[in-house]
Amino acid sequence: MSGGSDPGSGPDSEASSGGDAQSDPPSDADPASADDPLTRVRESDVSLIVGGFLALYLGYVLVGIVAGLSPRGIFATVTQLTLLIAIYAMLTLSLNLHWGYTGLFNIGIVGFMAVGGYTFLMLTMQVAEPGVRSAGGLGLPFVVGLAGAVVAAAVLGFVVGLPSLRLRADYLAITTIAMAEIVRYFYQSNAFQQVELFGMSLGTGGGSGLVGDSTTPFDRYVYEAGWSEGLVDFLDETFRISGTLGPPIETLFDAIVLLVVVAGFYWLLKRTGGSPFGRVLKAIREDEDVANALGKDTGRFKMKSFMLGCALMGLAGALYVYFQLGNTVNPTVFRPRLTFFVWVALILGGAGSNTGSVLGAALFVGILFRGPLYVKNAVENIVAFPDSPATVAGALGGLLSLDPVPFLAFLFDNMGSLRIILLGVVLIVLMKRRPQGLLGHRKETAAAVPLVPTETTATGGLTPGSEGPEATDGGEPGGGGERP
Amino acid sequence: MATEKPLEAVLVVVGVLIAGDLVTALLITGSLQFADVGGLVKNGLMRGLVIGLAGVGLSMTYSILNFANFSHGDYITLGAFTGWGVTYLLAGLGEADWTNLILVGAGGGVFGAQLGISITGTTLAVILGLVVAAVATAAAALAVDRAIYKSMRDAGGIPLLITSVGVAFALRYVIALVFGESVRGTTSPDIPSFALPAIDGTVGINAHDLVVLVTGVALMLGVHLLLQRTKLGKAMRAMADNEDLARITGIPTERVVTWTWVLGGGLTGVAGYLLVLWRETLHFRIGWVLLLLVFAAVILGGIGSIYGAIFGGVIIGLTLSLSQIWIPTDFARASAFVIMIVILLVRPQGLFAGRATA
Amino acid sequence: MSSADAAVEKGAEEEPTLELGVETADLAAVPLRVDGLEKQFGGITAVDGATFEVERGTITGLIGPNGAGKSTTFNLITGFHRPDAGAVYFDGDDVTEDSPHTLARKGLVRTFQIARELSEMTVMENMMLAPKGQSGEQLWRSVLPWTRGGVRAQESENLERTWRTLEFFELDHLWNEYAGNLSGGQRKLLEMARVLMTDPQVVLLDEPLAGVNPSLEKRLLEHLHELTDLGYTFLIVEHDMDVIMQHCEHVIVMHQGRVLAEGTPADIRDNEEVIDAYLGDDL
Repeated sequence: MSGGSDPGSGPDSEASSGGDAQSDPPSDADPASADDPLTRVRESDVSLIVGGFLALYLGYVLVGIVAGLSPRGIFATVTQLTLLIAIYAMLTLSLNLHWGYTGLFNIGIVGFMAVGGYTFLMLTMQVAEPGVRSAGGLGLPFVVGLAGAVVAAAVLGFVVGLPSLRLRADYLAITTIAMAEIVRYFYQSNAFQQVELFGMSLGTGGGSGLVGDSTTPFDRYVYEAGWSEGLVDFLDETFRISGTLGPPIETLFDAIVLLVVVAGFYWLLKRTGGSPFGRVLKAIREDEDVANALGKDTGRFKMKSFMLGCALMGLAGALYVYFQLGNTVNPTVFRPRLTFFVWVALILGGAGSNTGSVLGAALFVGILFRGPLYVKNAVENIVAFPDSPATVAGALGGLLSLDPVPFLAFLFDNMGSLRIILLGVVLIVLMKRRPQGLLGHRKETAAAVPLVPTETTATGGLTPGSEGPEATDGGEPGGGGERP
Repeated sequence: MATEKPLEAVLVVVGVLIAGDLVTALLITGSLQFADVGGLVKNGLMRGLVIGLAGVGLSMTYSILNFANFSHGDYITLGAFTGWGVTYLLAGLGEADWTNLILVGAGGGVFGAQLGISITGTTLAVILGLVVAAVATAAAALAVDRAIYKSMRDAGGIPLLITSVGVAFALRYVIALVFGESVRGTTSPDIPSFALPAIDGTVGINAHDLVVLVTGVALMLGVHLLLQRTKLGKAMRAMADNEDLARITGIPTERVVTWTWVLGGGLTGVAGYLLVLWRETLHFRIGWVLLLLVFAAVILGGIGSIYGAIFGGVIIGLTLSLSQIWIPTDFARASAFVIMIVILLVRPQGLFAGRATA
Repeated sequence: MSSADAAVEKGAEEEPTLELGVETADLAAVPLRVDGLEKQFGGITAVDGATFEVERGTITGLIGPNGAGKSTTFNLITGFHRPDAGAVYFDGDDVTEDSPHTLARKGLVRTFQIARELSEMTVMENMMLAPKGQSGEQLWRSVLPWTRGGVRAQESENLERTWRTLEFFELDHLWNEYAGNLSGGQRKLLEMARVLMTDPQVVLLDEPLAGVNPSLEKRLLEHLHELTDLGYTFLIVEHDMDVIMQHCEHVIVMHQGRVLAEGTPADIRDNEEVIDAYLGDDL
């Protein structure tokens, strides 16, 4: 059924499944499993993520200092970066549940985000008043909006998943992306721009989208309450930032809030993955028939996994609308390419690994997505390029006459296109050279308890002789003799 | 059959209702004009032929290489830009700087309308453009295969699909980098046209509609003959059916793959060129925007079926235009996708599967 | 569950044996019966009225030349295919329409012709997947803090059993290995061990010895006999006639989708029709 679609399959599994059944030697086991593996993995996971973020920040700060960017500018860039990374991390983690764990090829991420974002805004926008504001929402509290986003996206997930989860992977892919497009057309259409519902004016805003209130409850609690001013002064003094931090400090708060949400996502999905439930999902990813033959109702598990992931994508969509887009939304935000960006982030980090998902999001946003633009900004601060040639012909013409400046200027001027080309090339190279990504081949064991030898069984040990002929057949297995 | 599959029965009922409504509106209430519907049908047919032509290419690579190529849309764009670059060059040589011409007026150097391009005015430029679109796209598709996909033959459909997304991004934005991101008009404003009488009016048909029709039909016939009559065609069909078996029976699979990209790429390039000839505008995202519709056509007809792709293309094209009669135009594409999803659920092997594997 | 606990405690002191076993006292003597199964694929008849019974506590062999319909019969019994006609009875109940996972929960499970280990999961994860009635397979129980404790307790119980089963099959030293890294023989063992973790009554083994070296084959067969002594029932498709003749209590011969003959190995050996059927297949 799901043949040839196991996402986690690295080179090892290919070699062994294709090879002679008798001749595959077991590879060496992870040496980390020698002592309590769970503790070690947990420790190393946190340090991996924190280390990755710090390295990224360090890179940005160094580039900024070298280029002579203002401390305020660097600070603003880094906080903006963190905010976007957080959003991507949520999406990547959700996608990892679908693809990395369950093997569901969902390329309709934007569809679920859109439903989440729109639902959130339609619920929380203030009620329309004739003459004051034409478009309006239901004026419900922030948290209700988020809950609505989660529920709406989960319901859409159910509707999409009900017929399509049984389809083979590439058909599911096409179905989900088509669904996402249908969602976008729905919000783009003027047909539902404004609908009268129970005497309330509610609508999608059509092509121009929705604009929520610029001052939000969040602003009131944090900024207008004034308690952040001390912190601003402290930061200003510590980092010798001239003038007040103002807007960047708001972004910093937003970013911190979002990072807490990411931590929540991470906790939830780690817990989901590291459980009997997650174990069944992994089995479905590897071979749905086997899971079925072992008594697991795979259809239900797939649906639960799909709906949970969709719900989280909806939540991420709502937070994206609120924090990144400044409480506004319009249909062009939810183009299919956003979906593929999340995919690149996941594959970069490694499908199947929650830690990899977060790291992948950080690397994707920090290096591939925002990196080139930041570098461009930095370089332009030092070097004054002449005007870029209008077309590639001018650029190449310069190159032919051994003058690289027009060519470089042209490339710099088109950094927006260049970074997408880079992103495409990175994706191709990853799929060819390292399809498992950075961390995709790690053992993130799916169990609620550490799957290690237990006290009672540890004594019933194994003498080398008792292995019999199998030992020569399989070679010395790396895991042997490691039981304490 | 219909009794066993309730969903299919429902679909038949829906189809009958829509047809009935159309007939009622045309004949009884008169709320629809024959000429209007005729115009929509013509538009749908033109778009459908282009989608079908691109679909044949996609269908061939999908069935023979076993992956959904998400960069196929950008091959369409590549065909459009390379072909129209040559057409501009030939039509405007001496009138404008040649680099601006070959870049299809990137940076606003040249405007299509001032070159007076049309099949009657600049026949040679259009025909050569069409040929170059085919050759360049085939060459590019083959080059991408050699550089990227060849070493991944055994990687499986999904890794290849993901890789093709990378190719799509890279290719699309290389095109954007080279040819610019502006939308431009391409053809002369005066294209010879005539009015085809409809019962209560006329349906306008211009020379470029005829070019699309003739080229599309001719190429499809050509592909049909190729697949049915030649050794290569038989080998391709064998590989589409069962690759392992084909390899065992001594079919040179790599050579078949090469020809698949050449033929599929060529047809796709032509589709890109014709799309621009018919739409009269050019943009670096036209292929990507068309891609899902092409997928819809291929899935509708059944992956691997040439006739299926053409048929599917025409159905999708007609759906895009005729759906306007009942629903807002905003939902034209949505309705095409709905049809595709329904087919995937009801008959995932497509309408033509098992009948004409070719 | 409590009786299983007791078994665990007791087993801890002793040789690695399975605390498994089937309480056969109040169960029917014929757990599996198929009646007139038919299946066509695109006009070709794969199974054409197969009827037979499998007795409890036996190893029953299902043999026949290539294309006799053995694998299809397996798929029909275990719910992977729907028969066009006929019925499957398990413990006296009609289970023809049951899906594979329902059958597995009732105690009728299968293995696959080519060992289908879950390659990117460790041996332990493969094993821990199988037990029935895992409360942690409910998402909310696994996630919510105040229900997670129960899940963990059950996991620990299953873990004990997993160890014992792995030791029985001498796979325990590979516990943390990816299943995909195992040798062909080890995969076969893993698949059998995993199936036993589902508490089956009847296990359908599709060519369990294909690609297994002779010494491992011997051990596997010993395991099978030990397990039948514990009350398990096996229906086994196998090409190796010697294995069938030496190890099966009962043999069913299929030919062209029908049951051609059945009986003890000795009966089958002397059956002219069977010999003809195999000769016709150039074997």
